[in-house]
Amino acid sequence: MRLDCPICGNRDRREFYYQGDAVMLARPAVDAGAVAWDRYLHLRGNPAGQTRDLWQHEAGCGAWLVVTRDTVTHAVSAVELASDVKGAMA
Amino acid sequence: MRFSGLRVLREGLTGNKGWAPHWRDAEPKAEYDAIIIGGGGHGLSTAYYLAKEHGLTNIAVLEKGYLGGGNVGRNTTIVRANYFLQGNSEFYSHSLKLWEGLEEDLNYNVMHSQRGLINLFHSDGQRDAFARRGNAMINQGDDAVLLDREGVRKHLPYLDFDNVRFPVYGGLLHPRGGTARHDAVAWGYARGASDRGVDLIQQCEVTGIDIENGQVRGVQTTRGPIRAKKVGIVVAGRSGQVAAMAGMRLPIESHVLQAFVTEGLKPCIDHVVSFGMGHFYISQSDKGGLVFGGDLDFYASYASRGNLPMAEHVMEAGMTLMPMIGKAKVLRSWGGIMDMTPDGSPIIDKTDTKGLFIDCGWCYGGFKAVPGSGFSFAHLMATGNHHAPAAKYRLDRFRTGVGLMDEEGTGSQHNLH
Amino acid sequence: MRIKGKGLIDRANTVTFSFDGRSYDGFAGDTVASALLANDVTLMGRSFKYHRPRGVLTAGSEEPNALVTVGTGAASEPNVRATMQEVYEGLRVRSQNAWPSLDFDVMAVNNLVSPFLGAGFYYKTFMWPRKFWERVYEPVIRRAAGLGGLSGAHNPDSYERAFAFCDVLVIGAGPAGLMAALTAARGGADVILADEDALMGGRLNAETYQIDGKPGHVWAAEAVAELAGMDNVRLMSRTTVTGAYDQGTFGALERVGQHHGDRSAGAPVECFWRIVARHSILTAGALERPIAFQNNDRPGIMTAGAVRAYLNRWGVSPGKALTIFANNDDAHRTARDLADAGVRIAAVIDSRTDADIEGDFPVYRGAQVFNTGGGKELESISIRTISGVEKIQTDCLAMSGGWNPTVHLTCHMNGRPTWRPDIQAFVPTEGAIPGMVVAGACNGTFSTHGCLAEGAQVAGKVLEVLGKKVPDVALPQAEDAPYRMAPLWAVAGKGRAWLDFQNDVSVKDVAQAAVENFRSVEHMKRYTTQGMATDQGKNSNVGALAVLADATGRGIPETGTTTFRPPYSPVTIAAMGAGAQGKGFAPQRFTTSHNASVEAGAPMIEAGLWYRPSYFPKAGEKTWRQSCDREVGYVRKAVGICDVSTLGKIDIQGPDAAALLDFVYTNMFSTLKVGRVRYGLMLREDGTVMDDGTCARLGDQHFVMTTTTAAAGAVMKHLEFVAQCLHPEWRVAMTSVTEQWAQFAVAGPKSRELLNGVLDAPIDNDSWPFMACGDMSVLGVKGRLFRISFSGEHAYEIAVPARYGESLFRELVARAQGLGGGAYGMEALNVLRVEKGFITHAEIHGRTTAFDVGMAGMISAKKDCIGKVMAARPGLVAGDRERLVGMKPVGAVKMLSAGAHIFEKDAQAVRENDQGYVTSVCFSPEVGTYVGLGFVKNGPERYGEVMRVVDHLRDLEVEVEICPPVFFDPEGGLARG
Repeated sequence: MRLDCPICGNRDRREFYYQGDAVMLARPAVDAGAVAWDRYLHLRGNPAGQTRDLWQHEAGCGAWLVVTRDTVTHAVSAVELASDVKGAMA
Repeated sequence: MRFSGLRVLREGLTGNKGWAPHWRDAEPKAEYDAIIIGGGGHGLSTAYYLAKEHGLTNIAVLEKGYLGGGNVGRNTTIVRANYFLQGNSEFYSHSLKLWEGLEEDLNYNVMHSQRGLINLFHSDGQRDAFARRGNAMINQGDDAVLLDREGVRKHLPYLDFDNVRFPVYGGLLHPRGGTARHDAVAWGYARGASDRGVDLIQQCEVTGIDIENGQVRGVQTTRGPIRAKKVGIVVAGRSGQVAAMAGMRLPIESHVLQAFVTEGLKPCIDHVVSFGMGHFYISQSDKGGLVFGGDLDFYASYASRGNLPMAEHVMEAGMTLMPMIGKAKVLRSWGGIMDMTPDGSPIIDKTDTKGLFIDCGWCYGGFKAVPGSGFSFAHLMATGNHHAPAAKYRLDRFRTGVGLMDEEGTGSQHNLH
Repeated sequence: MRIKGKGLIDRANTVTFSFDGRSYDGFAGDTVASALLANDVTLMGRSFKYHRPRGVLTAGSEEPNALVTVGTGAASEPNVRATMQEVYEGLRVRSQNAWPSLDFDVMAVNNLVSPFLGAGFYYKTFMWPRKFWERVYEPVIRRAAGLGGLSGAHNPDSYERAFAFCDVLVIGAGPAGLMAALTAARGGADVILADEDALMGGRLNAETYQIDGKPGHVWAAEAVAELAGMDNVRLMSRTTVTGAYDQGTFGALERVGQHHGDRSAGAPVECFWRIVARHSILTAGALERPIAFQNNDRPGIMTAGAVRAYLNRWGVSPGKALTIFANNDDAHRTARDLADAGVRIAAVIDSRTDADIEGDFPVYRGAQVFNTGGGKELESISIRTISGVEKIQTDCLAMSGGWNPTVHLTCHMNGRPTWRPDIQAFVPTEGAIPGMVVAGACNGTFSTHGCLAEGAQVAGKVLEVLGKKVPDVALPQAEDAPYRMAPLWAVAGKGRAWLDFQNDVSVKDVAQAAVENFRSVEHMKRYTTQGMATDQGKNSNVGALAVLADATGRGIPETGTTTFRPPYSPVTIAAMGAGAQGKGFAPQRFTTSHNASVEAGAPMIEAGLWYRPSYFPKAGEKTWRQSCDREVGYVRKAVGICDVSTLGKIDIQGPDAAALLDFVYTNMFSTLKVGRVRYGLMLREDGTVMDDGTCARLGDQHFVMTTTTAAAGAVMKHLEFVAQCLHPEWRVAMTSVTEQWAQFAVAGPKSRELLNGVLDAPIDNDSWPFMACGDMSVLGVKGRLFRISFSGEHAYEIAVPARYGESLFRELVARAQGLGGGAYGMEALNVLRVEKGFITHAEIHGRTTAFDVGMAGMISAKKDCIGKVMAARPGLVAGDRERLVGMKPVGAVKMLSAGAHIFEKDAQAVRENDQGYVTSVCFSPEVGTYVGLGFVKNGPERYGEVMRVVDHLRDLEVEVEICPPVFFDPEGGLARG
C-alpha cells in the first residue's frame, strides 16, 4: 500500500501513521453536549466504500493528511494536507 | 444422526453410504419468532442456545454467503480466558466453561485442545501487569501460573534466550488456554441448531430491517421479506452496514487483521505462545501448520486481505523470538475484518428499536467468545434481560463512560488498539 | 534413464549428491527430481494422510508429492520441492514423512484402514473420554501429521530483504513474458523480468518448438541475452513473485544461494523483495491438470507436460515404456517428442473419439484409463475402450486433463477469475489487479505464436500509458496450433481416484462432502482439506470443483472457486523476516552515558527502545537491593546522578505556543513565567491520562516540553495533530529534540554544592529557586538547567548538547562520589519516586483519569483542553472508581508485590469482592519497610482502613493500611529548600 504525500511524494505505507475517520477534524465545542461528543469520538459511518481518513506522514515530513480512499478496494483517490482541509472548513 | 467412533466404524464397513447432511438447507418461511442475521460462529451459537436453553425453535439464521464463512473460518483458533477487567473476566470465563463441554454438548469434535497458552513478558513493568492479570484470572476461578525465565525455558526451550532484542523475563501460563478447529465449531453449532428445528438459510442477504413505531417487524432479504418479532444482528465485519438499516450508527471501525499458516511440519510448538512486545502469537495446528498472526494492518478496510508491511513485521517478530521457525514456509496468508470498538471490548445489547438486538464489536478476539456470546445473546433475546456474565457489554458505555473495558490500556477511542 | 543428445544440462559437469544417504550423479542444470529420475528413482515421497508411496507429478513449483528435506543439522530445510531444488556437489537430500524409511513406512497402515478415515472422520469421533483428546488422540494425530520437520535449532543462515522500483514488472519469462519484456525495454521503460526458474524461457525450454527457425530455447536464450545487455532491465531469475498488493506493490522471493552449498561469508540463502511497479504484465503461463481415476497416484504417473520437460529440458525419460492418457491435443506432443527421442510408447489413450493423432504406436480413441497396477512404482494401466477392457504394461503414464492458466496473482486482491467454456478453465478477470495486464497462456492463449503476439501487444499498451514510443518489434515466426480439448475430470469407477495428491482427497471424499451438505465450494474445501496442501490446489482445485459441480448438479462457474491468496508459492519466514533475528527486530537507542554505565558494571535494561542502567553494583554487594538502597541513600543524604535523557523533549516555538500548551495540558501554561517550569498533565480526548511531565518556558514564545520515555512518540504525533488538524491557524512549530540533548538529574541535599563546582556562574536559592529554569554554562559548555525533582529532594536536571553528554556524566559522577554520592539507576529512581507518590505508566496505564490519580483539580475550569469533556462523563468521575492510594504492610508479612489485588480484610479473594490492585512497590529505606501504590475503590475515602492484599501467583497475603500515596516529606519542603 502506498500513499502520495503532497509534500514528499509517493511513499510506502510503513512511513505513515493511521488515525481513522476524518470526522476527527470537526471537534465539537466544549458545551456541545454528550450526543455530539459521542458522535465525534465514538460513532462511525464506517463505510464499505469511499471514506476519508486521517494519516500522518510520521516517518517523513510529519504532515497530517486527509486521504480519500476505498475501504473495499484500497484504491486511493485523493491525498490532501489536513491543515488545508481544516482551513477550508473554517 | 449421532456421531461416535462406532458409527465411523460401521459406516466404514458399509462403504460410507449412510452419512446424512450435517444440517438441513431450509427455505425461508414467511414468519419466524426470531431471526438471527448472520450465520457465523456467533450467529449459529446464538441460534443453538435459543433452541436449547430457551426452547425457541421457530427461528431462522440468515446468511448472505455460506455458513461459517466469516471470521469463524479465518481466525487463528485461540481459545482462552485470560482477561482481567470486570466485565470481561466473567464473560470469557463462562465462555471457556462452555468450550470445555462443547464436544459432548454438540456431539461434534471441535478439537478443543487445552494445550496451554503462554504470554511472554520482557520487563519488570510487564511482569507486574501480567501479575495483575493472572491474579484476576484466579480471582475469577480460572487458572494462571507466573513463570520466571527458567520456567519459560522449560516449556519453550526453542526460544532465543541469549541474543534477542527483548529478552524473556518470564511468562504467564494459562494452562486451560489452547486452540480449537475453527470450522468445526461453526459446523457443530449449525448441526446442533438444525437438529433442534432452526432454519439455516444460506445465500440470503438481508437488505432492510422493517421497523414500525419503534418495534422491529421483520427483514427484507434477497429471497423476499420475512416477518419476525425479534431480530438479532450478529454480523461481525458488516455490523455498521446492517445496523445502518435500522438507522443506527455504531462505535465501530472495521479493520483488517492478517494471519498466516505455514506448510505442514512435524510437531515443534506444543503451546500457544504470545509475544506481546512483537505483537506476535503462534501455535501449531494438528495438521502441522504453524498458525500465527500479529497486529492489525491499521487502516479501515473491508478487503479481507492485508499488505506487506505488517506481514513482514509479523515474520520479523517470529524470527527474533524463535529463530528455529526460520525455515518454515508460509503457505497462505489472509485477512479478517475486525469490528474494532473504541475500548477493544464487545457489545451485546438491546437497541433503541424494540425487538432489535445487536451482538458486535468483538475486535480481534471473537473466536474464543463464540459459545459465550451465543449463550448470552440468546439469553438477552429470549428473556429481554442481560445475561449476568455479559451484562457490561453495553452500547452506551462510550457515551456515559460507565464500565469501559480497555484491556490494553491504550485509550478508549478508535485506532489505539 | 538419461536420453542421449537431449536436454539443456551441462553433461561436462557431473555433480554428486545424496538422497536418503545414497549417492547419485547428476549434471549441472539438473533438479533433484530430474537427477533422481535419470537414476531410475521414482519413489520420492509419501502422501500426508495415508502415506501412500508417491513419485514426482510435475516439473515445477506446484509439485505436491516430491517434497524433501535439504541439508543437515540446523541448516536443514524441510518441504523443499525436488522439482525446484537444483543439484550441486555435496547436496544432501532426505525423504520425509516416512518411518522408518521411505520404502517401508509403518504409517502406510493408514491406507489399509482408509474406509474409516474418510473426509471429516475426525469430527465424528475421538470425543470420549473427554480428557483423552489432549492426552492420547491429539498427540497421536499430531505425530502422524505434518510433512518435514524443523531442526529445532536457531536458523544459522543469512537472509536478506530488498526493495526495487520499476515502470514495468514482467512476471514469467516464457514466450509471452520475454516478448513483453523485449518490447517494453526497447521502448525505454525500466523493466524487471522475474521468473521462478533458474533458466528463463518457460515452456520454451521444455518443448521442441521452433521460433524463427531455431529451437525455442535458443530464441529464449538470445532474448535473455539482449535483455541482459540493456541498462533499463533487471533480470531476476530464481525469483518467484509471491503476492500482489495495493498500489502496484509486489512481494518476490529470490533464491540467491539455494543452488549452491556455499554458506560462507554470510551470503544470503534467499532475498525477499518488495517491488513497486507502475505497471505489471502477468505472463505466468499455465499449469497442467491431472485426471482423476483409480490409483492415479502411483510413482511413475505424472503430467504429460512434465514428461516432456524431463525429456527436452533434462534429457531424461521417466520410463522405458510410456503411456499417454489425455483429453487434449497438447499431450500428443509428449508422444511425438518421446517417439522422436526413440523412447518406446506403449499406448496413447485419448478420451475423445475424434482425437487427431497418428504415430508409430498404438492409439486408443474414446478410451479411458480406469485403474493402474503396481506397488511402489507403476507397472500397468487398465483401460476401458468401446470394445472392452484392456491392460497395458507401462512404467510411466503421462496424463493431461488440459491446462489451467496461472491466474493466482490476479486473485490476490479479491478478484475472481472468469470461466471460459472453450478451454474449460478459469482465466484472469480484466482489471483484477490495478495496473496489471495479462498475456499468453496465463490468459488462455496457448499457442506460441499467440503468446508472442499478446506479449508484444500488452507491452505496447503499457508503453503508451507510460507516454513512451512503442518500438517496431518484428513478431517472430512460431507455431499457432489450436488448443483442442474435451473436458474429462474424473473417470467413473470404483476405488479411490485422487484429486489432491498430497492431502489424499479423492473423488469419493468430495462426493461424500456434498452428501453431508458441504455443498458450497468453501465448505467442501474445508471439510475434505481439498486444495489446502502445499500446492494450494494448483493441481487439483479445478478438477475437484468439477466433481463437486457434478455431485451437486450445478455448473462449474455456478459452483465458484475458493480464493487464491498470497503467497503464490510458499515463502520462508526467515526471508520475509530477514534482519530481525537476534537484535535486529527493533532499533536500539543508547544514551550518551551508556558506555560509562556499562563500564561501571550496571546491568542495562530495556526501556522502550532505550537501554538504561538498572543499578550500579559495588564490590561486596550480593543483591540488587543492596545496590539500590545505597543509591537511594546517595540522593536522600548526599547527591546522586542519573541519566534522564530518554525522556522525550519537544521544542515548541511560535506566537501561539502557549495556546497550544493550554489546549493539550489540563492546566494553564500561558500564565507560566519565562524562566519557570510547570508540571503538566495531558489527557487523551477520551478523558484518560495520556502522559505527564514538566514543561519549561525559555522565552515568551519558546517552551521545552518533556514527556515520559514511553510516550514521547505518541505525544509528538498528538501535538502535530492538534496543530495541523484542529488549529492550523495557530502559528506554532515543534520538533523533537530528545536526541539533541543529554540530560542528567543531579539530586540530593548536596546537589547545589556539586553544581556550583561545575557551573561557570554559581547559583543560589534566589537566583535558581524551585521550578526555575534557564540557560547556563557548565565547564565552558552552554546548556540548560532546570530545578525540578522526581525524588522529592533538592534537585536539578542539567542539559547539554548530546556530544558533551558522556564527559559531563563522567564528571558529575566523579564529583558526586567526592561528596559521598554517585550514580543511581532505574531501581533507585523507582524507589525515590514511589516514596514521593510520583506516578509513572504503572499508574497512568491508559485506563486512569485525572480524577483517579488525585489530580482532578488540575483540569482548569477556565479553558477547554483535549479530554476535558469526556473526562467529565458520569462513569469517569464516579466516586467508587478505583483511585490512587498508598499502602503500608501492617501485619506479620512486610512484603508487597505489584500486580496483587486488594480485598476487604475478611473478604474472600474472588472477583466479586475485588476492591483494587497494587501498581508499584518498593522497599523504602526511609520507612523501613515495603510501601506500595495502588488503586482502590473510593480511594482517598479509605485512608486508615486495613485491607488484605492477595497475590495468588506468588502466594503472598499481606495486611496493609491504606494511606495517602506520599511516604516521604509530604509537605515538599525539601525540594524547595
